[in-house]
Amino acid sequence: MILGLYNYWIVVLLMMIGFYIVIAHGNLIKKLVGLTIFQTSVFIFYISMGNVDSGSAPILAEGVSRYSNPLPHVLILTAIVVGIATTALGLALVVRIKESYGSIEEDEIQIQDQLTEDKT
Amino acid sequence: METLVDVVLLSFLVVIAIAIVRTKDLLAVVMLTGIYGLLSASFFVVLDAVDVAFTEASVGAGISGLLMLAAISMTGRTESPKRHKPLLALFVVLITGGMLIYGTMDMPYFGSFDAPIHQHVAPRYINDSMQEVGVPNIVTSVLASYRAFDTLGEVAVIFTAGIGVLSLLALPQRRKSYRLDEPKKEQMYQQHIVLRVISKALIPFILLFALYVQFHGDFGPGGGFQAGVIFAAAIILYAMLFGLDNAKRVFSLSLFQLLAAIGLLLYASVGVVSLFNGGNFLDYNVLADDPIAGQHLGILLIELGVGCTVASVMIIIFFNFAGRREAQQHSTKQNCHELISPELNRNVLNSTELNSTELNSAELSITVLNNGEVK
Repeated sequence: MILGLYNYWIVVLLMMIGFYIVIAHGNLIKKLVGLTIFQTSVFIFYISMGNVDSGSAPILAEGVSRYSNPLPHVLILTAIVVGIATTALGLALVVRIKESYGSIEEDEIQIQDQLTEDKT
Repeated sequence: METLVDVVLLSFLVVIAIAIVRTKDLLAVVMLTGIYGLLSASFFVVLDAVDVAFTEASVGAGISGLLMLAAISMTGRTESPKRHKPLLALFVVLITGGMLIYGTMDMPYFGSFDAPIHQHVAPRYINDSMQEVGVPNIVTSVLASYRAFDTLGEVAVIFTAGIGVLSLLALPQRRKSYRLDEPKKEQMYQQHIVLRVISKALIPFILLFALYVQFHGDFGPGGGFQAGVIFAAAIILYAMLFGLDNAKRVFSLSLFQLLAAIGLLLYASVGVVSLFNGGNFLDYNVLADDPIAGQHLGILLIELGVGCTVASVMIIIFFNFAGRREAQQHSTKQNCHELISPELNRNVLNSTELNSTELNSAELSITVLNNGEVK
């Protein structure tokens, strides 16, 4: 029972650690790291579901009859590369925010925004 | 034994994630993220997902750390110590986690053979893909043939992200000339001769390996996505060791912008050609007289397109980050703020004002001290 669902529980734990970083930390780069952790835990979840006991990697070979499910592998393989491309986009946004606000801490950015709103 | 490896790797992942939460130094956080990526790649190997592990090892432990380091060098490496309402956040996280765990209660056990996920399309892929597509690596045949339309969308997303980074970070062309009259600054690449010699010998082999991964993807783990990232890694290594200017002289940025578009177009045009030959969009059977040969040709072409786009986008992203960084360093050194927006100028002004007030207060304290001595 415990070992049967152990993987999924760890995935939930990792996901929640990433979620916590995203909502509790003000630094924008740290938030992106949190998102990466969240993302990787989803990857682990999918790959865990596709696993088959005493199965083999889904590359056809002589004398192997039981393979792991290839479909989650395909989805996650492309998701990883899409993930790094979107993370790079997020980092580019952070760099631009630093250039125009002089800070990447969420609360300092908010204070500056309110100051400019009050002026206008 | 496999269960033991599972448990150990997963526990390591949790420990590293908690260390990431607690660390304030962003440089250390990036290093930990790299370890996290490598560990999850090893975990994917244990779970038989060799293609995924390959991708995660090159992306999670390689390129992503590199990009984050480049960003940190522009934005500062320490996180401010204060946090936003950790108790409320903890409450939300605990509630969500509890509900998710409750949701896993009636899931099929890990590794069970009769789980619903293994009943629908997976048997078709495993049993029939050899007759229908003729490629031993089932992941490749699903990625490039059964779900080719899906993959086309993902390549388009990667291309779009590259365009986004380009539009956010690209510098105006005319600023390039400023480096010519500048005496070359002592960079890392001008000092470490051992690194330069060794890497110069290694880079061709990395490129060759990327090509092997690209064209051997039908028979073993690999394919366009992994090959693209490895190819980009070799060129990024060159740019790091010999300087961005030298790298740009060899690999022009506009060439890579063209290649990124060509890769996506090649992919889409394979679909259009199969339409014209009387098949469905991306149905490779009609590309040649023999359906299997048509499948092979189609997969080869679209994997080439994927490899081109992924490699070019990764190189574009890195070159833009590094170029932005050099320009920033240059402008702070020269004290000319023409590159950076007026807001930053204001901040710089503020900081100089701050300095002068600090100086004033220092003088004030000195006079106070003197007065005390006089008394």
